[in-house]
Amino acid sequence: MANVSLRNLVKEYDGGVQAVKGINLDIQDHEFVVLVGPSGCGKTTTLRMIAGLEEITKGEIDIGGNVVNDVPPRDRDIAMVFQNYALYPHMSVYDNMAFGLTLRKFARSEIDKRVKNAARILDIEALLERKPKALSGGQRQRVAMGRAIVRDPKVFLFDEPLSNLDAKLRVQMRTEIKKVHQTVRTTTVYVTHDQVEAMTLADRVVVMNHGIIEQVGPPQELYHHPTTRFVAGFIGSPAMNFIPARVENDAVHLADGTFLPIPDARRERYAPAAGRDLLFGIRPEHLTEQRIGPNRADIIITPEVIEPMGMETLVHFHFGDARDFCAKIDPTAHAAPGERLVLTADMSNMHLLDAATGRVL
Amino acid sequence: MSATIGRRSGSLRAERRWALWTAYISLIIACVIFLMPPVYMLITSLKTNADIANLQGNPWIVTNPTLEHYRSIIGNPLFLTFFWNSIKVTVLTVVVSMVISVLAAFALARMRFWGSQWLATGVFLTYLVPDTLLFIPLYQIVGGLGLLNNTWGLVLVYPTLTVPFCTWIMIGYFASIPKELDEAALIDGASWPQMLIKIFIPVALPGIIAATIFAFTVSWAAFVYPTAFITTPDQMPLTIGVVSTLVRGDTFAWGQIMAGALLAALPPVIVYAFLMDYYIAGLTAGATKG
Repeated sequence: MANVSLRNLVKEYDGGVQAVKGINLDIQDHEFVVLVGPSGCGKTTTLRMIAGLEEITKGEIDIGGNVVNDVPPRDRDIAMVFQNYALYPHMSVYDNMAFGLTLRKFARSEIDKRVKNAARILDIEALLERKPKALSGGQRQRVAMGRAIVRDPKVFLFDEPLSNLDAKLRVQMRTEIKKVHQTVRTTTVYVTHDQVEAMTLADRVVVMNHGIIEQVGPPQELYHHPTTRFVAGFIGSPAMNFIPARVENDAVHLADGTFLPIPDARRERYAPAAGRDLLFGIRPEHLTEQRIGPNRADIIITPEVIEPMGMETLVHFHFGDARDFCAKIDPTAHAAPGERLVLTADMSNMHLLDAATGRVL
Repeated sequence: MSATIGRRSGSLRAERRWALWTAYISLIIACVIFLMPPVYMLITSLKTNADIANLQGNPWIVTNPTLEHYRSIIGNPLFLTFFWNSIKVTVLTVVVSMVISVLAAFALARMRFWGSQWLATGVFLTYLVPDTLLFIPLYQIVGGLGLLNNTWGLVLVYPTLTVPFCTWIMIGYFASIPKELDEAALIDGASWPQMLIKIFIPVALPGIIAATIFAFTVSWAAFVYPTAFITTPDQMPLTIGVVSTLVRGDTFAWGQIMAGALLAALPPVIVYAFLMDYYIAGLTAGATKG
């Protein structure tokens, strides 16, 4: 097991397209780090550079204190789990898991011990003699993880391992992966485009966009204290609402004349932004049916679409000229499309962003 | 509205029936055309010489069936020599072709290097050059090596016919294997040769079988090169042996020629009968994968 450090890492493809634009990241021993971001943000390229499957244009990758830029994948002591499992179709589950150890000339008894141990952890002991084509998607993914576990490598790399599974199985396997990491404690770098996966699995989440790191932090920190509009919008589902606003007299003024008092604790922080074009950021879960209490302020809207989800109801609305806003209200609260509705914003969870730079104030 | 739907589904059924009829009729015509020569060969090989020479009556009917032509051809030591020569040349050609094609295809399909795309296209283009065009320059080469009138000369030149197409089949097959499989093998610690032997060859076995059948058929049936390079019966393969020894001037020993040709066609038929599915799977690999 080991630390992993990325220093000024750049990946440039033929034609000058930069997929990764000089990122820096330190991953601690035993840590579970998730790289998350939209398609084309450079997360998979970064992972593939760590694996040695992609050449590094500039910068350094350090695994366990050694710079591995020119070290081939097999000598990096890493194991990778691929999106499409990449199991060897002609080999049994046992042979798939044993393949890496056989190549490294481990003793037969040691191979047997490790494969059986990994099979026990992943609950696939009954499948060892089967060929991959006789397995379900979830079982294949377990075997792919087993292949990684038996090697006992310094680092696990996961490349969107759950994307090919259906929604229910994905949730189940997510828990499995977390359980496995709690058991083996191997340093893990996990790539996904699914922010829920990122939030639930990670010790720290790395949000990437356009080849740069937007923010690194524990899931809760990213959720409560995003530093950019991208992170604020990317983390959380449904996404945070951004309503054009200004700050005047210690209150947020929206375009339609609504004003929402800023909580005392934040007044000083937002005072310098007075008069500038801003965005008022509020998550749907902090925009609820009318509630009375400290640091709460009302907004009057007209719902366009109501979506009952069971434990909550989503209200989609537009505000002035801006569209696609969302609130989460109690399922017992009355709301109907086209009918005036009073929502309450929990101002202690509000965000203010600079409209020009997208930075959170 | 419902009437429109009703009419549509009715016309669909009619269209399907029409398509089936067309398919069956074309297939039957194709079968008759392709099967007529071998059936005629079989009938002729079972006739006595007198029946073959008799121009009266229906040539498709055997009145006095006999196996004398088969007996005499199998009893002819030269025929066995031809058979042995064909087997030797074909087996060696298949082995040489497959070793070269698999290695070439693996390199061209997987080890992305500068010019690999052009090289792959170039390999295929060489397949388009007919052997009737190549045998004169090849005669010089084979002669220069002192391999004229020698089965080893055929082992040398037959791969020029088989390697390009076999390489092309294998490139297609290797390309259909997901890239993650070699990456997983690389991370697992495999070297390139280990990856080829332990992963690619077993996974691409249907493709390899298809290419092998192709190489087998081509070298078993080759006619131009042995006609050009082989002159004495002891070095002849079946294709030219049967023709050259059983045709004496204007005299055609039709019964024996037909029996010999049928016996010569037997090995490819057996190979196809057992490996047809692999052959089709190998040739169509990559056709449906983006």
